[in-house]
Amino acid sequence: MAAIKVFGHPASAPTMRVLLTLHEKNLDFEFVHVDLMGGEHKKEAFLARNPFGQVPAFEDGDLKLFESRAITQYIAHRYEGQGTNLLPADSKNIAHYAIMAIGMQVEAHQFEPVAAKLVSEQVFKLKKGLTTDQAVVAEEEAKLAKVLDVYEARLKEFKYLAGDTFTLTDLHHIPTIKYLLGTPTKKLFTERPRVNEWVAEITKRPASQKILQ
Amino acid sequence: MRTILQGSLLPPPPIKLSHSSLLFSPSHSHSNLKFTSKSSPSPPTITMASIKVHGVPMSTATMRVLAALYEKDLDFELIPVDMRAGAHKQEPFVSLNPFGQIPALQDGDLTLFESRAITEYIADEYSEKGEKLMCPGCNKVKAITKVWLNVEGQQFDPIASKIAFERIFKGMFGMTTDPAAVQELEGKLVRVLDIYEARLSKSEFLACDCFTLADLHHLPVIHYLMGTDSKTLFESRPKVAEWVKKITARPAWAKVVDLQKQ
Repeated sequence: MAAIKVFGHPASAPTMRVLLTLHEKNLDFEFVHVDLMGGEHKKEAFLARNPFGQVPAFEDGDLKLFESRAITQYIAHRYEGQGTNLLPADSKNIAHYAIMAIGMQVEAHQFEPVAAKLVSEQVFKLKKGLTTDQAVVAEEEAKLAKVLDVYEARLKEFKYLAGDTFTLTDLHHIPTIKYLLGTPTKKLFTERPRVNEWVAEITKRPASQKILQ
Repeated sequence: MRTILQGSLLPPPPIKLSHSSLLFSPSHSHSNLKFTSKSSPSPPTITMASIKVHGVPMSTATMRVLAALYEKDLDFELIPVDMRAGAHKQEPFVSLNPFGQIPALQDGDLTLFESRAITEYIADEYSEKGEKLMCPGCNKVKAITKVWLNVEGQQFDPIASKIAFERIFKGMFGMTTDPAAVQELEGKLVRVLDIYEARLSKSEFLACDCFTLADLHHLPVIHYLMGTDSKTLFESRPKVAEWVKKITARPAWAKVVDLQKQ
């Protein structure tokens, strides 16, 4: 029985972040499906794993965690020697780690809040039989364009966001980007050459292919 | 510790504000230990401090960084950024942070932005100095600290900083508080604070039994909210109230608040 368990939902971007990390590291784990439609994530048993009632939750032996970016960082450090290295090449170099940390904060605070709204309007609302608010889409796309302009400049200097190797910083973007590629927002990525290349690189990775179907 | 303030703190500008980030196009560069990869022009200084913080004492994100520096007893220079003139959206500042937001930090030839990345750097690089800002222990304890760091950034701050914006910053910029928005946001904040109450019944501080960045990151927004009617949400929860009292009473935090008065 695997010591690592992920409690989540395959369509959840934060769950996918954790699954990507586990696959990159070739780690055995058990996936426990949480019935979001049935409200399982708001019930006592799940709340004991994540009091905020959100997927994913995670277990490695007797260590219990939540917050996808805390989980991925734990995995990247704990299993540093295994599979893909998701930390900077010189992970003990505090300055290099700080540069990666900036990228992780940028994803969490600059990219994701905007990108998630676009996914919500153009994907999840439709699934619930609601209509997309195009004014919101236009406003959020304008913000995302500015973020991606910064990414474009960054990626002209380096192959990946934190430097020349693939790290958690890039990985954290993958699930939401995959959703956006299925919407008209895709154009914001394809019309920026380096961003476009970076998106192609990170989504074609074997771990990404496993998760993103 | 010596701080040199260049120029006075200007009152906040009447600029168009949305609560979301102000995003700016990047400049070109080729770098060295800098996210933007650009050689930044050095600000004119006559200081010996190798650490420079570009920001203003009123800014919550700047305060987060200042708190960490004071906890560590580190010398630094605070270089004000003229927000009213939009300096944060232009060169030379955008070569420090291409997202055009304060603060940015320089330590020798390293340039950083995003306050929570900066504080983590300070805690790591200066781990032997001043207060320990991470839980001692193995990977597991560090992992739990990361959980609560993410909780502050992803669950608490998005709600609490919007309340601070509504109740305090909007007024400064000639806009009016939206009471319906405040009510809705407070409805969400109480659910977060209920979780904190349960957590703090089991742990003296959020991540473990010592004060860490996970607690520190809350200080600036809590400081602002405790000066408003929203303070009742904190005061009515005994463990949360105790925790707020403890963390805001720290001498390092008092120094940050003092800077606002200068």
